[in-house]
Amino acid sequence: MNLLQIHEPGETPLPHEGERGLAVGIDLGTTNSVVAIAADQKAEVLRDEGGTSLIPSLVAYLDGGEVAVGEAARRVLLDRPEAVVGSIKRLMGRGAGDLKALAGALPYEIGPPAEGGMVRLKVGGRVLSPVEISADILRAVKARAETALARKVDRAVITVPAYFDDAARTATRDAARLAGLEVLRLVNEPTAAALAYGLDSAAEGLYAVYDLGGGTFDFSLLRLEKGVFQVLATGGDAALGGDDFDHAIADRFLKERGGPVDSTGAKLALVVARLAKECLSGQDEWIGTLTIGERASRHALDIRVLETLIDPLADRTIEICRHVLEDAGVEPAELGGVVLVGGSTRVPMVRRKVAGFFGREPLANIDPDEVVAVGAALQAEALTHGSDTLLLDVTPLSLGLETMGGLVEKIIERNTPIPVAKAQEFTTYQDGQSAMMIHVVQGEREMVDQCRSLARFELRGIPPMVAGAARIRVSFAVDADGLLTVSAAEQTTGIESRIEVKPSYGLSEDEMARMLRESIEHARDDMERRLLTEAQVEAERAASAVRSALAVDGDLLQSAERAAIEAVLTRVDAAVAGLDRDAIIAVAEELEEITKPFAERRMDRGIRSALAGRHVDEVNT
Amino acid sequence: MNDVAHKITGAGQPDGIVACWSCNGPIAADALFCNTCWAVQPPRPMDHFARLGLDIRFAIDTAELDRRYFARQRQLHPDRFATRTPRERAISQNQAVCLNEAYEALKDPLSRATYLLKLRGIDTNPDGCNTIKDPTLLMEQMELREGLAAADTREAATQMLREAEAHVNQSLAHIGGAFAAGDLDTAGRETTRLKYLVKLVDEARTRRACFAPAAAAPAQS
Ligand SMILES: [Zn+2]
Repeated sequence: MNLLQIHEPGETPLPHEGERGLAVGIDLGTTNSVVAIAADQKAEVLRDEGGTSLIPSLVAYLDGGEVAVGEAARRVLLDRPEAVVGSIKRLMGRGAGDLKALAGALPYEIGPPAEGGMVRLKVGGRVLSPVEISADILRAVKARAETALARKVDRAVITVPAYFDDAARTATRDAARLAGLEVLRLVNEPTAAALAYGLDSAAEGLYAVYDLGGGTFDFSLLRLEKGVFQVLATGGDAALGGDDFDHAIADRFLKERGGPVDSTGAKLALVVARLAKECLSGQDEWIGTLTIGERASRHALDIRVLETLIDPLADRTIEICRHVLEDAGVEPAELGGVVLVGGSTRVPMVRRKVAGFFGREPLANIDPDEVVAVGAALQAEALTHGSDTLLLDVTPLSLGLETMGGLVEKIIERNTPIPVAKAQEFTTYQDGQSAMMIHVVQGEREMVDQCRSLARFELRGIPPMVAGAARIRVSFAVDADGLLTVSAAEQTTGIESRIEVKPSYGLSEDEMARMLRESIEHARDDMERRLLTEAQVEAERAASAVRSALAVDGDLLQSAERAAIEAVLTRVDAAVAGLDRDAIIAVAEELEEITKPFAERRMDRGIRSALAGRHVDEVNT
Repeated sequence: MNDVAHKITGAGQPDGIVACWSCNGPIAADALFCNTCWAVQPPRPMDHFARLGLDIRFAIDTAELDRRYFARQRQLHPDRFATRTPRERAISQNQAVCLNEAYEALKDPLSRATYLLKLRGIDTNPDGCNTIKDPTLLMEQMELREGLAAADTREAATQMLREAEAHVNQSLAHIGGAFAAGDLDTAGRETTRLKYLVKLVDEARTRRACFAPAAAAPAQS
């Protein structure tokens, strides 16, 4: 196993792939985060010295610029709640208007938004975006992995809720970049869980994944067949999770208590509510104290009251399951099994409802808190070391454009397999119209204002024409990470105006660059390293292609010609082993140039033998 | 000699031979990978059936379609190229996009029939025109929809759903027969009918969903 190979300092540098750090799988959760690594299709969850796998997704911003994450942040929570922030995943790619209030107060203190429109929070005397806070969690996760593995970790598969929209996915990617992690792939949480479960149990047939996390609910229907994990349909709610259970309980406590509540009070009420909820998954009654400022109040909660509080939320998840199955024309009885994922599936009533709806006991063989990270680790191994398994995922939400009258024209329907690219033509509605507003939205409703606005941009420079004469082709492409790119071009005149879209709640390139500069450990190498790696892999690819050609068609060269090519190849190898990007590019160009006559002779031979082959065929028929 | 080779390649792509973008050597125009340097090749224009290695026909074995689709995705999906060069990753994404497009077009019988007719130059949906011109079809669809509107229990809606599904199956059999006999007029007419029947199945499902089983109805709070 090469997993724990240690690179001796001072050794001759290896070709760059050997120098790469390890690739891990990260479940970046609303409540907890988990990191795992896989080798030979066996995943291992990485734990701290105490054997704990869960890293609470809490960050404390302390005096003197110190940042504490996880248990260390939790210890600060009761004494200095204003310095601690949690559930940040719910704000990824969101605007301030999306925040949920509790007894009229938000459990966050909102600061001035970033220039791109992204919400920012005031915490511990700082003003930070959700991307920066998530990056701090990812740094701690990365550090845990590096300590456990005693090796550098710089690549990861990160999971996101299937129902995460484009803005939230982009925000997750940006956070990883800030933390110095290259994202190999964003994988949907239920899909990752299915991968972990399917590889573990060799399951085949139709399976459903019920994933109730801290902040999001996902339900996915998959077909598992001989190493293929094909998502057929997915549904969910990006703002429904165990946090909402806590909100319902905290709301009750605050009403019992009475009096005004500020954001610190709301935060403390949530902490006590969560404690009560967790107690009640093992016992029938909980009694405790909520202390905000000087005043303490006593509260009691029994299992019956808890279930009344969360009943509507649990029912909403079952409604989503029903909808997805009916949409796909699948009866619950046709399923081979239902896999439970997410800490909130520990709530007994949730399990009962799931069992009731599907008419069977759900499967929870793998710890519901760890199964997603395990799947992510397996996928990280598959991406870096090759694999026979195949994950085929879909878009969770339809993507479209605003048209006349505030209507949505869908370009890519939900549940379309990704990657996907589709284009549609639009036209102008006024004579001489020279610009067109392109408004990209995501969602299922027919009216723009009921869908999520992803981006707006203007296509300018349309030549003057009568209304309806221009042909503007708008292209949507969703890659394997579920990330959208939109471009638009005017067709009739051949004038192309292309614009790449930035999500409405995303970071601008400038903001990203500033944050990278400010994050000291990556300022120097992030961009440079990226470009260097690209030049290295590209030069290696070119050298390896020439070597293959020499092996097959080497007889087309005279020995002097061959020696000259081989000399350049040796120099490519030397350049690739070094760190000088310009030198790598220069010698790769030289290789391209010197092999041109060789390539022409090879083409000539190929065409001649194809012609000869056709003659033979014609004679035979 | 070099000059000659140059002229031939410059003249286009004789005999379906093109240059591999990676090693510049000759490869078959429809090759997925170069057989010298094994670099993945960009997708070339071809019909959806050819993309998945299937004969052009309506009656396809869907298990076979899945097998071909999975086998090609195993080779071409971007997950296979995560550590390769940006160019190879982009090519693999384009290949996977084409595979998904072909699979989506052929998997569902209605879109497969529509696509087959389009390949034969018949447009079953001229300019998005949604009015029914065939009076027999119009009568049938009106009656079925009246029946669905009258279904006011979950059982009645389920009954209508089953009826609509039976019509779909019968229509598919007609279309299969028409394509097999080379009767494109009938295939076209029946495909238009199928479009309305498939919509009816959707509407029946939506109707049934209005009457959720009492056990799981949202609790009053
Ligand atoms: Zn090649």
